[in-house]
Parts: sequence; C-alpha cells; structure tokens
Amino acid sequence: MRSWITLALGAAALAALMLTGNNYFLRLGTFFAMYATLALSWNFIGGLAGYPSFATAAFFGLGCYASAILQSKGLPMVPAWGVAGLAAIAFAALIGLAILHLKGHYFAIASLAIAEVLRELVNTQGHLTGGGMGLNLPILKLGVEQQARVFFVAMLLLATVTAAVSIIVHGSKLGFGLRCIQQNEDAAVMLGLDARAHKTAAFALSAVFTGVAGAIYGNWVHYIEPSDVFDVLLAVKPLVMVLLGGLGTLFGPVIGAAVFLLLEEVVWRSFLTVHAAVLGALIVLLVLFLPRGLAAIRFGWRKGATA
Amino acid sequence: MAQGGDGVSALLEFDNVSRAFKGLHALDDVSLRVDEGEIVGLIGPNGAGKTTLVNVVTGVHPATDGEVRLRGRAITRLAPNKVARLGVARTFQIVQPFPRMTVGENIAAGALFPGVACSMHEAMAHARELADRLGLGDVVDKSADTLTLAKRKRLELAKSLAMRPKLLFLDEVNAGLNSTEVDAALALIRDIAASGITIVVIEHLMKVVLSISTRLVVLHHGRLIANGPPEQVVRDPHVAEAYLGKRYAAAMAGTAP
Amino acid sequence: MIYFQVLANGLVLGGLYACIAVGFSLVWGVLNVINLLHGSFIVLGAYVAFFGYNLLGLHPFLILPFAGLLLFGLGYGVQRLAINRVITAPVLMTLTLTFGLDLLLNNAMLVAFKADYRKVILDPPLGSVVLGPVYLPLDRVAVMLLALLLTLLLYLVLRSSKIGRAIVAVRMDREAAALMGVEVMKTNAMTFGIGAFMAGAAGCLLSIIYPISPLNSSLFLGKAFVVCVLGGLGSVLGAIVGGVALGLIESLSALWFGPEYAVTVSFTLLIVFLAVRPTGLIGKRGYE
Repeated sequence: MRSWITLALGAAALAALMLTGNNYFLRLGTFFAMYATLALSWNFIGGLAGYPSFATAAFFGLGCYASAILQSKGLPMVPAWGVAGLAAIAFAALIGLAILHLKGHYFAIASLAIAEVLRELVNTQGHLTGGGMGLNLPILKLGVEQQARVFFVAMLLLATVTAAVSIIVHGSKLGFGLRCIQQNEDAAVMLGLDARAHKTAAFALSAVFTGVAGAIYGNWVHYIEPSDVFDVLLAVKPLVMVLLGGLGTLFGPVIGAAVFLLLEEVVWRSFLTVHAAVLGALIVLLVLFLPRGLAAIRFGWRKGATA
Repeated sequence: MAQGGDGVSALLEFDNVSRAFKGLHALDDVSLRVDEGEIVGLIGPNGAGKTTLVNVVTGVHPATDGEVRLRGRAITRLAPNKVARLGVARTFQIVQPFPRMTVGENIAAGALFPGVACSMHEAMAHARELADRLGLGDVVDKSADTLTLAKRKRLELAKSLAMRPKLLFLDEVNAGLNSTEVDAALALIRDIAASGITIVVIEHLMKVVLSISTRLVVLHHGRLIANGPPEQVVRDPHVAEAYLGKRYAAAMAGTAP
Repeated sequence: MIYFQVLANGLVLGGLYACIAVGFSLVWGVLNVINLLHGSFIVLGAYVAFFGYNLLGLHPFLILPFAGLLLFGLGYGVQRLAINRVITAPVLMTLTLTFGLDLLLNNAMLVAFKADYRKVILDPPLGSVVLGPVYLPLDRVAVMLLALLLTLLLYLVLRSSKIGRAIVAVRMDREAAALMGVEVMKTNAMTFGIGAFMAGAAGCLLSIIYPISPLNSSLFLGKAFVVCVLGGLGSVLGAIVGGVALGLIESLSALWFGPEYAVTVSFTLLIVFLAVRPTGLIGKRGYE
C-alpha cells in the first residue's frame, strides 16, 4: 500500500513541474521519466531475475525505429507508439527463445550482440530506415512550450505505468518466482517452477516499456540515427542507475535514475570533453565501494552478497 | 528381478533403464519397481549410481535407454519441473535453499511452484504449518543462510513435503548429523511414510537403512545387484562382494550363519 | 578462382584475429572476467607504435616488446588495484567495472591523442606479391605471420614456464590450485597482465594496416568476442580456430553479401553460436 502512495505522490510532484512553465525543467523531467522507465524495465530481468541483460539498447532502438517507420507510412503518432511496444514484446519473446537458456557472461554478450545486429541491419536497409543518414520524424503542429509539455506528459505517464507494473510484479507470484530463479534456479525448477515462462515474462516486461520509451523519444527529438538509439551506453546507463539506487529494490531504479541524471547534468555542463571519463569513474567507484548502491546507506550495510 | 507387493499398485517403474555419460554407464540396464506405501532403501558403494537414479527419475539427467513410468505413465524424458508437478520430490545431498529468502518463503516455494497452493497467501499459510510440524517454527522468519546444518536439512525436507509429493527421494539426509539428530530424522521419516508418501532413502549408514526400510535395493557400478527384504539382501554374497571386495566376501561366506 | 583469394584473405585475417583475441580469451577463460578494456588496450599499443615510429624512427615490429611490456604493467596494475576486488562478485559487477574503466581509458586517449585517425606509413612500403591467382599485400602477410608467432610463443609460455603452468592450474580448478600453493591473486594479476601484453602487441602489429583511433576500440573488442565464442574460451587453440573461422567467414560474406554486411554477419553468427553451442568449436576449457 505504501508503494502505491509513494508512486502517486511522486508522479503528482513531478507533474507539478508543468506548472513552472520552465522548458529546461520540463526537459530534465522528461529525461528523468525516460531514465526511470528504462531502469525500472531493466530491473525486471536484471534485478529480479538476476540475468545481466544488455538488451536495453536493442529494445529502445527497435521501438524507436518501428514507430518512426510506421509514422513515415502514415500511421498516427500515438498508435505508432503502441505498436512499437508490441513489436518490442514480440521481439523479446522471439530472442528469448534463443538466449534465455544462457547464463552469466554468455547471456550478457548475447543480449549485447542483439543491439549490434539490429543497428547494422538498420544501417544497411537504408531504403526503409534512412540508414546512416538517419530518419526524420513528423513535427507536431504545436508551439515549442506545448510540445515540451506533450512529451513530458507522455514520458511521465509511461514511467508511472512502468512503476505501477513493477509494484504489481514485485508482490506477485511472478516476482516471487523470479527472485527464486535469481537465488537458485536449479532448486526452483526441481520444485516445479516453469523457469522458461518466468524468464520470458521478465524479458518481455523489460522490453515493452523500453520500446515505447524509444518510440516517444524519436518523436521528441524529431531526428534519429542508428548510432544514437542503439548506443551501448543506453544499455549500460539503466544498469548503473539500478546499481546506484539499490539492486533488487522496488524504487531503487527511480532514485538511481534521479541521482544519475543530476550527476550527468552537472558533469556535462562542467566537463564536456571528459564527461565519459567522469561517468567511467563514477561507475568504477560505485562498483568498488558501493555495490549495494545508495540503499546500503539508507538501510545500513545488510549482510549477504549483492544479488 | 523386480519385486513388489501383491495387488498393490506400482508407483514407479524402471524398465531396462540406462544412463550413459560419454560411454560410461552411470546406470546400466536397471529394472525395478517401487510400490505405493513402501520405504525403499537404495544403497551401494560410492559412485554406484544412486544419485544418478534419482536424477533420471526427476529429469535432471534423462535416461539414454529404457523407460521410466510413474503410475503407469511414461516420464522418461520429461523436464524436471514437469516431473515435480506430477508429484515427485527429492532432497539434495548438498542442501539447496534460496539463501536470502526466509525459511517460510523457502517452504512456500515448495507449495507454490508445483501448483499445490494457488496464491502466495495460501502458500505461506501452508508453509508456517509445515515449519511448525518440522520444528522450524522458531526460525520461520529468519533468512535461510543463517540456519545450522541440521535445520537446513529439515528445511530441505519441509520444502519437499510442501509439494505434497506421492514419491519422495531422500538423498543422504543424515550426512553431517550427530547420533541424536539422526534418530530424530528417522522418526520424522517414519511419520512421513505413515502420512501416505512413498519414500526412497539413499543412505550410507547401514543402521539407518536397515531400521526403516521395507525393502533394499543395491546398486553397484550402475547395475542392480540385489533387490529384496533387508535381512535377505544383507546376507547376499554379491552385496558383500560389492562393498568389501572378493577376498573379504569369500572369507565372510565361510563364517556367516 | 576468386575463392583462392577469399581463402587467402581469410587466412591472413585469421592469424591477426587470433592474436587480437588470445589475450582476451585467456583472461575470460582463466579469471572469468570479460575485459571490456581489451579493445582500448589494443588501440593504446597501436599508439605506442605510432609515436615510436614517428618520433624515434623505430619499426613497429621492434617496438612490439616495449608496447607489450607497457601494457603488461598497465594491465597488472588495473587487475591488482581494481578488478581483483570484485573477482568473486557476480558477472554484472565485473562487466560494469571493466566498462567503467574502459570509459576512463578511452576518454583519456581521446583527450590525449584526439579522435583523428592515424596510420603508420612504412617507408619504404613493403609492397605486395602475386602467387598464382592470389594477390598478397606483404604488410598483411608479415603481420599475420608475426601474430601467429606471438600466439604460439604464448602457447609455449603457458605450457612450460612456471607462471604459465600456474595459470593453467587456476583455469582448471581455482581452489585446488590454491591448495597446491599457487598464489592465486598473483596469478590472476599475471594473467591479466599477459592478456594486456598480447593486446598491446596486437596493437603494434595492427598499426601498419588499420587506422588508429580511440573510436576503433569497440571494433577490436567485438572481433575478440566473436573469436572467443566461435573458437572456445581459455585456450590458444580456441583463439586460432576461432580467428581463422572468423577470417574466412568475413571474407566469404564480403564476397557474397558485400563488405558492409561484415559486422552484421559476424554478430549474427555470435548469437547463433551462443544459442546452440556456446562453448565454441573447440569447447570449454575455462569458466561458463
């Protein structure tokens, strides 16, 4: 119950940003909602099930391009976003058949390779995707401020839905099963758990909202290209956010997303040429000294290894 | 060589089952039958294939030859989670808990995953009841990795019982326990059998196996070499040979009544 | 007849790929660590060769041992100070850590050397030779031969030196090795250092045929991945088999589908192999 109240309050507080009418804050808010969506999504497969997925970039890019291509063929914006989400689920289920039986490093690389293959496919099928030249998306016939609001609301809604689904899953049989898979998959199977179904569900969940986020992102920035939306950093950042906020916790991803975004903004403004290095340093420090994330500071150093 | 009670239905049947790993036969042409209500002791020297037998039944290492039937239905190459749902449970020699979950949650998993309980609520209620019955009531909300070995073994057992199995394999439940703990475990096993669960006990300790088994099955190098009432099997020269080697077995034969 | 050329191209590439991948494969197979810094190590080795050649006039092949040793030191340090702390942690942690370290190194190189593509232009150039239907640029052949030589040297070191045997022991059974008196921590650091050495050496060799830039590091890393999955982890033979396999496949697919599909084909193959035979053609010698 507490989680729902937290979610409602948080969403309302964020929505209040709109009242400020400040475009910069709206932009930040939109990014925050997007990051939160990606981090919460990753948490299904990476945090709950314990499978280190690097497929976020693949789903994001897939959703983005699916939506963009459909719109270039005449489909209106919002339905295109919906179809992008469906495409992401279908793709996750399909790929899951091939790679979800893998563990550890092998799973990680396979999930990373998917984004590479998709990116190269987009690059080479220029007639459909614009290839390396990128793709333009239709611009909404609204004023700049209005547009900022529209996309802010869209991302916020998406993030809220993702968070709501997270709350439901964490408390459900699915969530319980996934946690058991993470702690001892063989034992869970011996007790009768259908691990494949559970993992596929987690993988699909990690894909759907990410895909829609990609679709919304495409319309927000008007112009997309493969190296941008299939960037490996898009796969790593959500992971770092979840680690930052606390792996396996419910709202850790959201907190991590907020902290990460703030750091990113500060660093980008002050250290443009070395911002990648600063991100790298942050990651290194996080892994070496704070593997349980900020959750460790809040709840005290819990015993037991990180998931 | 298969023996069973008269008129009692066969719960588990092995028909010429073999399991080979790259040419090495862990199980070699084994045929046996376990009837409902039995407590079968499965013994044999190290490496005889006892755990492989359990692995074959539960689907961890499917048989490479032959057929396995549960209540007449072939389960030879069924996936482990499906076999579990059909009512087969097992404990592991090296206990396999969910380390960061509570004792209660561990047991609840055993009720939830095979479909015995339909909701978390139901599963947890079931779990608390079992925990009390098995003497884990005081640790039911503690994390599984904080338990002593004896309690972990009991947790392992509780998880299996939560599945409401028809057939239960106990793989070396007494390893690492002291004499008092072993006696307690034996009483527990008798209780479980009395509640209607057919049990196959894999054991090294002869005292344990002889005191509770209604029948003994002996494996050696993957082959079934003896199958019958305990008093009979213990005197079987082939069994003595398997455990002691030819010379000692011959010496024993000279002095045995 | 064009297939002879394709075959030759494939083999030449193969030797090179084997050298690029063998250090990576060793670290992964023995330490169970995927070293995402590997690509940047290679690029750094290439820069050492570039500056050595342009500032000191030394041939990259001569600089090779120095580049190797430099990278060895760097690798040893990184392992000892950072990676060792998380070596028993889950895969997620080590992957993220090496990713972060790579961001650091790569950005540092970008700042120091700029993103512009450099190349070592040998003067006088090595030219080429024509063997029947096959056209062989000599610089590539020389690189391939040296790469193979280096790889075989590594094999000998692993087989016969004390540290080599310690590494193999740890690869087979970490705990048993520790019980036998092998200093696992030091062996870990040596393994990583050797992996870095091979990367630096590969970089030196590559400097005369590939353009050098920090932007290229993920390209080399990608190749190393595919070679390891194709050939099998933790063994020199696996790296050679995987390298040659990849070289041949790239050559063939360049012919059949066009060179722009090279990356797509190799990564698709990676996924296929992971899906059906993750231990590669030779098989698993190291960790999962």
